[in-house]
Amino acid sequence: MNLSGKKITVHDMCLRDGMHPKQHQITVEQMVTIAKGMDEAGIPLIEVTHGDGLGGASVNYGFPAASDEEYLTAVCKEMKNTRVSALLLPGIGTVDHLKMAVDCGISTIRVATHCTEADVSEQHLAMAANYKDLDTVGFLMMAHMIGPEELVAQLKMMEDFGANCVYITDSAGYMLPDHVTERVALARAELRPETELGFHGHHNMAMGIANSLAAVEAGANRIDGSLAGLGAGAGNTPLEVFLAVCDRMGIETGVNLFKAMDVAEDLIVPMMDHPIRIDRDALTLGYAGVYSSFLLFAKRSAEKYGLSSRDILVELGRRKTVGGQEDMIEDLALDMAKERGL
Amino acid sequence: MISNKRTIMSKKVKAAIIGPGNIGTDLLMKAMRSDLIEPVWMVGVVPDSPGLARAAEAGLKTTAEGVDGMLPTMREDGVQICFDATSAYVHAENSRKVNEQGAVMIDLTPAAIGPFCVPPVNLAEAVNAKAMNVNMVTCGGQATIPMVAAVSRVQPVSYGEIVATVSSKSAGPGTRKNIDEFTRTTASGIEKVGGAKSGKAIIVINPAEPPLIMRDTIHCLTETEPDQAAITKSVHEMIAEVQKYVPGYILKNGPVFDGNRVSIYMEVEGLGDFLPKYAGNLDIMTAAGLRTAEMYAQEILSGNFVPTAA
Repeated sequence: MNLSGKKITVHDMCLRDGMHPKQHQITVEQMVTIAKGMDEAGIPLIEVTHGDGLGGASVNYGFPAASDEEYLTAVCKEMKNTRVSALLLPGIGTVDHLKMAVDCGISTIRVATHCTEADVSEQHLAMAANYKDLDTVGFLMMAHMIGPEELVAQLKMMEDFGANCVYITDSAGYMLPDHVTERVALARAELRPETELGFHGHHNMAMGIANSLAAVEAGANRIDGSLAGLGAGAGNTPLEVFLAVCDRMGIETGVNLFKAMDVAEDLIVPMMDHPIRIDRDALTLGYAGVYSSFLLFAKRSAEKYGLSSRDILVELGRRKTVGGQEDMIEDLALDMAKERGL
Repeated sequence: MISNKRTIMSKKVKAAIIGPGNIGTDLLMKAMRSDLIEPVWMVGVVPDSPGLARAAEAGLKTTAEGVDGMLPTMREDGVQICFDATSAYVHAENSRKVNEQGAVMIDLTPAAIGPFCVPPVNLAEAVNAKAMNVNMVTCGGQATIPMVAAVSRVQPVSYGEIVATVSSKSAGPGTRKNIDEFTRTTASGIEKVGGAKSGKAIIVINPAEPPLIMRDTIHCLTETEPDQAAITKSVHEMIAEVQKYVPGYILKNGPVFDGNRVSIYMEVEGLGDFLPKYAGNLDIMTAAGLRTAEMYAQEILSGNFVPTAA
């Protein structure tokens, strides 16, 4: 694989996807400290939002330590070079949240839908595209669930709504490098040449780095990861590791590797509530194709109702649940407990 | 006047359905079984639409000229109730026109220009107010607001949140184009009709095959420790009320109590009239709309209410 001289933009997820393993309890102060460290390390783009995006504060997904507005305001004003993005899932957040985030100073909005439901993003992408200079990104989650042709048709829909960048998102950490290659390559061939293409991985099958490289080779130029892997499931593509690999391969990221390693080791790891690793349940997410943020919900319901969290996750995969269906987990656990006479 | 007499004799109130799509056709099938409503007009905008053809076959008068095509004769035809199953964008204009002809408008779009109506919670109140336009909130609202109300009538609810999961096939283009309207209108209904001090609504669309039956989760946070026995009883009573017009409104699990959180897990299976059974979200809308119309019809037939031009 010769990727020498390729230029990519890395996008850190610690302060958004990393909210899942922290149960949305990262404080404003912690966010500002970490974001400043990333700014100094030269990470170009970081995401700051509730784990489930703008408006995610809820019983269903968890109430955060502070509001999206408080997080975004505090982080945006401290950034020298790093730009800040926010995530928005139509059905959870609305265009009102989008406007608020723009007022807080974000440079990038990422509008996320399930991989087959891009048409619910029209309202939000069209509004975002109307803001001058707002980097407008369409983000198709659980992209392993459909084939390349269908996926690319949905990506093109987002492009038509106004996205200047679209993402293939492996929310379950299910994909293997070949899956990534065929999807990214077809997307690159069919999208407008000026449309940027991104890949967001999860490390549930330890494929974060390999999949991200496959994506770069097939034509993606934005790669998501998180320092120390802080993210849902077994975490996102561990960004400092990916940066080191990029350095060795001559892929240009513009990030200072050692400074990034220090932020991971000195700021992020000490903040973790539990080690972010491929434990039995995280591996099950990847193996069964389950949305990564279901992990802690399944563990909690398993404990409460005397079940195996792996059994719950496998069943959620069998039922083809999608992102956002966290409410299904307790309901399912109650059914399973009844069936087993617990 | 002649048409009014005829209405009283037949003990049914004549109605028009605007919008011959899936919702309008399902509503027509339900209305044809009603003891109180007689559908006489189907209004569309596409001349060769299958919905208009089906309605004509069922013996209704039809027009492809929109509401304007019905206006000249609707009084003569005795139409006193109209259902709007089109979209929020054209609803206000449709409503104004039929109100001028002395017909009550039952709004199945999320336009929400009239007061909200969720039958088991506030139908009597809505009808007593003699509003010439009532709004049926949203499908998610019809499926969940009764449960919020079942908790809030026992003790104060500081926060009500609902998650509606619908199959991809049952989420139409109108919902998709303006999904924010669903979340906003539903949240507002959770507060105004459900009785929660603040409300939040989430919608999830799932493309699984075979399509999943509509699922709804209702989370309430009570101000004080929940009275488990009273809430459980109230929830079961409310479910029985909804089942009178949506028999497939089923409690899957709960109420689950966890501190001040009360969680209720529901499944809504439709009757399968025109829409498939999994589309409980659409069925509960047409069933609620018809139930509201029947209550109006009772008031009209008993002489308590004479719809008059607004």
